[in-house]
Amino acid sequence: MSSANPILRVQDLCVRFDLPRGGVWPWRGEALQLKAVNHISFDLYPGEILGIVGESGCGKSTLARAILGMLQNVQGKVVWQGEDMLGLSPSQLRKRRQKLQMVFQDPIASLSPRMTVGEIIAEPLKTHYPEMSSAEREAKVVSIMETVGLHANQVNRYPHEFSGGQCQRVGIARALVLEPDLIICDEPVSALDVSIQAQIVNLLKKLQRELGLSLIFIAHDLNLVKYISDRVMVLYLGHVMEVANSRDLYREPLHPYSKALISAVPIPDPELERGKDVLLLEGDLPSPINPPLGCPFVTRCPMATQVCEETKPELREVADGQRRVACHHA
Amino acid sequence: MTLLQVENLSVSFSTPEGSVKAVSGLSYSVEKGATLGIVGESGSGKSQSVFAILGLLASNAHVSGSIKFNGRELIGLSEQELNRIRSKEIGIIFQDPMTSLNPFMRVSDQLSEVLMHHKGMSKKDALNEAIRMLDAVRIPQARERVNMYPHEFSGGMRQRVMIAMSLLCNPQMLIADEPTTALDVTVQAQIMHLLRELQRELSISIVLITHDLGIVAGACDHTMIMYGGRMMEYGSTLDIFKMPSHPYTQGLLKAIPRPDDESDELYSIPGNPPNLLNPPTGCPFAERCCEASEQCEARAPALEALSGSRLRACYKPWTPPHRKEPPAAGARLELEAGVRGDVL
Repeated sequence: MSSANPILRVQDLCVRFDLPRGGVWPWRGEALQLKAVNHISFDLYPGEILGIVGESGCGKSTLARAILGMLQNVQGKVVWQGEDMLGLSPSQLRKRRQKLQMVFQDPIASLSPRMTVGEIIAEPLKTHYPEMSSAEREAKVVSIMETVGLHANQVNRYPHEFSGGQCQRVGIARALVLEPDLIICDEPVSALDVSIQAQIVNLLKKLQRELGLSLIFIAHDLNLVKYISDRVMVLYLGHVMEVANSRDLYREPLHPYSKALISAVPIPDPELERGKDVLLLEGDLPSPINPPLGCPFVTRCPMATQVCEETKPELREVADGQRRVACHHA
Repeated sequence: MTLLQVENLSVSFSTPEGSVKAVSGLSYSVEKGATLGIVGESGSGKSQSVFAILGLLASNAHVSGSIKFNGRELIGLSEQELNRIRSKEIGIIFQDPMTSLNPFMRVSDQLSEVLMHHKGMSKKDALNEAIRMLDAVRIPQARERVNMYPHEFSGGMRQRVMIAMSLLCNPQMLIADEPTTALDVTVQAQIMHLLRELQRELSISIVLITHDLGIVAGACDHTMIMYGGRMMEYGSTLDIFKMPSHPYTQGLLKAIPRPDDESDELYSIPGNPPNLLNPPTGCPFAERCCEASEQCEARAPALEALSGSRLRACYKPWTPPHRKEPPAAGARLELEAGVRGDVL
């Protein structure tokens, strides 16, 4: 896979949010900055599924939005099919984004309640192919609806007439209608019930296989991410902790945070779940406004030493370049 | 000893669109010191079935059946009598720790209020007891942090405060309604660890409501699977996970990815959960069940006893499969709590 050219290359991406000044007198207070994403670099190859995991506040959604050009204050490079997306004008960006789509977390809130499902799915076509005849558009919408498992006779219904799982199918259809090369799925199933989650995940996997799409799959359910992804990136406080092939990561996590994260996931098997050793972390996520100086994980790491407090570990290659980890001790 | 006994509990809500049957004919019991897990998807009636125990249902709810706690009937009690039972005998923690604490009150006031009201303690004694309880739920620097407001705590710490509050009056039973759903997975592990430790120390019974089968596998002696307001299956957690007998449980267990499973395709249950405004006359799962017959659609199957304490509501004949290997870590599975619940 690594022989091909990457479809997306993210280099040294940083996202900063300026916060309102603190203190009683706002103009005297210190200017606060929240560093949501810090120097993240990765390559994504055609047909690859990259999983991004991490706890809330680790910057996974911010990263997705930064890649799509939905944020200001982004530094670094987002090279999409050989062209840097940052610094493009809105109209240029819109053209590039045709092949770069997104599926959102809340399937109902991300669909307009006043549009029929057919109108929702046809909307991207109207924007990008205004010359397309309405008959062509209709045919396209119907065929996409069938691809994602909806019936063509549901085309005139409104989102509230559908269940959460079906709404997510509409969201996926809307992303697919422009025949994208990459879909970024930001927690696409976390609002859905367990029995529906499997339907949507299987659908995404099937589409990826049949259409040769690349996917970035963001989720906090690690079992699900392992199941769907080829490679997994573990984020903590906006930093990459570890990147590895998903099988290797779950078999033998190298970073102490990955270890804690994976051991904390409950296993739906009483014997395994009660027999396993959980690496319990102490405390909570530090404030991203005032992160630790050295390694971001130092405040909760059971292996932390002096060097971890003083210098931030680089993301270095281990195991013949198959995986990368940012830890002094791994 | 049976602490809680629920028999034929039904809960319905009258709405402008008609009556919504949230819970139908639920019967179970919880032994002293045991943990019962109630598993179901959203709308399966798992929360409403325990809200009925504490009289926390919305005003348009109608409850029928019987809920006996320590032999005393809880349905039909006055608000005043219920207040005496809440907290003192049954504590409850909710899903979202931020919205269940009062944002305008210091944690110290919220905790001591409970003690002053239920136990008639003086303000000073109540504060000391509150600090002791915060210590017990492993909140560091409890003496300083007791004076903080809820927003100054993180999500995990807030849930610890909620647990401390629910345990202040030494209840015999704790109801935990999705206690870790709003938390991150590493914090979830901390809270579940804490609950297990507290249960061992205080030997209280816990009713744990969750949609996460992994949590149930780790924490519960017995498991009840609900779907469409009805009990589908009940049994010891080990039996339910190793030999699921109901098609819904079987599907559910196959539909969740497991870390030790490297297969390529997840099993998915087709279709969507039933609309409780217009519930199916037969088995609520019949529409999605691959083994459903006409009988299933005509009339809901009654609960029947399988081996031991197991119950199941399904027409399909079932014989337990032979176990391939006996559980190696059997000793580990005998939970510390010791006493196990049985359904009568």
